[in-house]
Amino acid sequence: MIATESLSKRFPRVTALDRLSVDVGPGVTGLVGANGAGKSTLIKILLGLSPATEGRAEVLGLDVATEGAAIRERVGYMPEHDCLPPDVSATEFVVHMARMSGLPATAARERTADTLRHVGLYEERYRPIGGYSTGMKQRVKLAQALVHDPQLVFLDEPTNGLDPVGRDEMLGLIRRIHTDFGISVLVTSHLLGELERTCDHVVVVDGGKLLRSSSTRDFTQTTTTLAIEVTDTDEHPDGTRAVREALHARGVTVQDGSGLPGAGHILLLTAQGEETYDLVRDVIADLGLGLVRMEQRRHQIAEVFTDNTDDAQRKEAVGHGG
Amino acid sequence: MAAEQSLQAPATPSGDTRIHNIGYRSYDGPRLGRSYARMSLYSQSLRGAYGLGRSAKSKVLPMLLFVVMCVPAAIMVAVAVATKAKELPLDYTRYAIVMQAVISLYVASQAPQSVSRDLRFNTVPLYFSRPIETGDYVRAKYAALASALFVLTAAPLLVLYVGALLAKLDFTDQTKGFAQGLVSVALLSLLFAGIGLVIASVTPRRGFGIAAVIAVLTISYGAVSTLQAIADVQGSGDAGILIGLFSPITLIDGVQSAYLGATSAFPGGVGPDRTEGILFVLVTLGLIAGSHALLMRRYKKVGL
Repeated sequence: MIATESLSKRFPRVTALDRLSVDVGPGVTGLVGANGAGKSTLIKILLGLSPATEGRAEVLGLDVATEGAAIRERVGYMPEHDCLPPDVSATEFVVHMARMSGLPATAARERTADTLRHVGLYEERYRPIGGYSTGMKQRVKLAQALVHDPQLVFLDEPTNGLDPVGRDEMLGLIRRIHTDFGISVLVTSHLLGELERTCDHVVVVDGGKLLRSSSTRDFTQTTTTLAIEVTDTDEHPDGTRAVREALHARGVTVQDGSGLPGAGHILLLTAQGEETYDLVRDVIADLGLGLVRMEQRRHQIAEVFTDNTDDAQRKEAVGHGG
Repeated sequence: MAAEQSLQAPATPSGDTRIHNIGYRSYDGPRLGRSYARMSLYSQSLRGAYGLGRSAKSKVLPMLLFVVMCVPAAIMVAVAVATKAKELPLDYTRYAIVMQAVISLYVASQAPQSVSRDLRFNTVPLYFSRPIETGDYVRAKYAALASALFVLTAAPLLVLYVGALLAKLDFTDQTKGFAQGLVSVALLSLLFAGIGLVIASVTPRRGFGIAAVIAVLTISYGAVSTLQAIADVQGSGDAGILIGLFSPITLIDGVQSAYLGATSAFPGGVGPDRTEGILFVLVTLGLIAGSHALLMRRYKKVGL
């Protein structure tokens, strides 16, 4: 769907994208990054509206530098900011936008009615947009991006400003855009948790660089890392240390769970299979300690950021908008 | 949305009335592309300039101005027919000059309506994320306002012409005058639309736009006609004529008195001659081209 090759965008004072190479297939893809990580810049380049400083990019197999108009005919875009005139109704507005995408008048009206229904706007679509709630406005913005039945939509922070319920509804809708409508989605967010639930694939950018690109399952896969927490006894005042030494003696490498909640009391080890669980159980039983927990740890997407905290902080300090 | 999906039930052959969710239908029909999108924007903006497709409230002013533009023409025709006059009380080319206040009001109210709204409500990025490009947007908006102005200024000329023919005035004379009038108002429409749009596109606030357009059009005319009067009193007629280059309405006046056989509204009724007229034509065309270039520059920046 999207392929970029060492794509760079430099402004006089800021490098917004730095040799970004990424491949995005069909499905729902999350584009994650802090504010100013280069997400919006990337979307502008992909729409063919802003030339890249170097490198190249393709959307739907079309070159963004030379075939921008053809791309924009087949792609939908939902901006982050407000973009709706308050004095027209959702129907009038979306019909106009459908025609601006090249749909003949009759088709524009039919598609508008369909699309507004699909995003969950019913009778209110005949009222002026000025009276809509934030959630309804977001739906209109989404409808205008979908009305011409694009093959791919770019959704820039679609959950911005929504309450938790509205957020869930929007995420459900985004999921349906792919599963029910068959339209691929590139959705940006700075909230990782949202994308974990919604996306098939997540691309993480930071400071204009690609941090990671992999399927959501890889991100949150159940790894064979075990977390163990034990009690202390009179015999072993520092139970954690005793377990670490005992396991070390049996040839198992153990790390402290530094950076996690309860650090200092949690040990992490890589399970080689069933026998590791038995070994841990036996070692702890031999020491006469209580096992508080032994669990498989799931990675959170957030962890990809923990290695780059310094970078993120530096960028926060620069603090330019996305 | 869950509720919507639960409606998905197989069709019943018995013909019961049931609501079916037919699900998402993809679109396989034609996509008419860039030129069609540009035309759609043009027609939407042109209709919008008369409040069509907008709220009832926004129809009031443009329609009122249109009527105000046409009523004097109707009265003149009525008088000409009733008195069996040999010619119309006012030349075709003079009509727009006399009614310039109405035209200025119309430009001031509709130019901001056309472009400031898109800027203010940030709608511009939605246009540019579609097949059209900056140039298409600018040209569609420019052409739409110029067409709207042409309708406003040519309609009363049409009333005069039809009336003149009904009054059995000389056909050749009247047709020639009418044609000259049309050329003149076409030029005027392009010039006023350009100036109005450039000013309006600078501010997302409609109120400022309206005030600024009125100010530019009336102050320039006021200043120019005052200076011309002074020059006329002091006997430097040539300087007076050249001062006419500095306001849009006197520019049009100069062009048409040099080339379109119009009587000039310049002091003493003496307009530029054919050589001086070249200057007026060049400045007029330069202003039209300049407005277009400025609009292009303005929208290059707005982008997304």
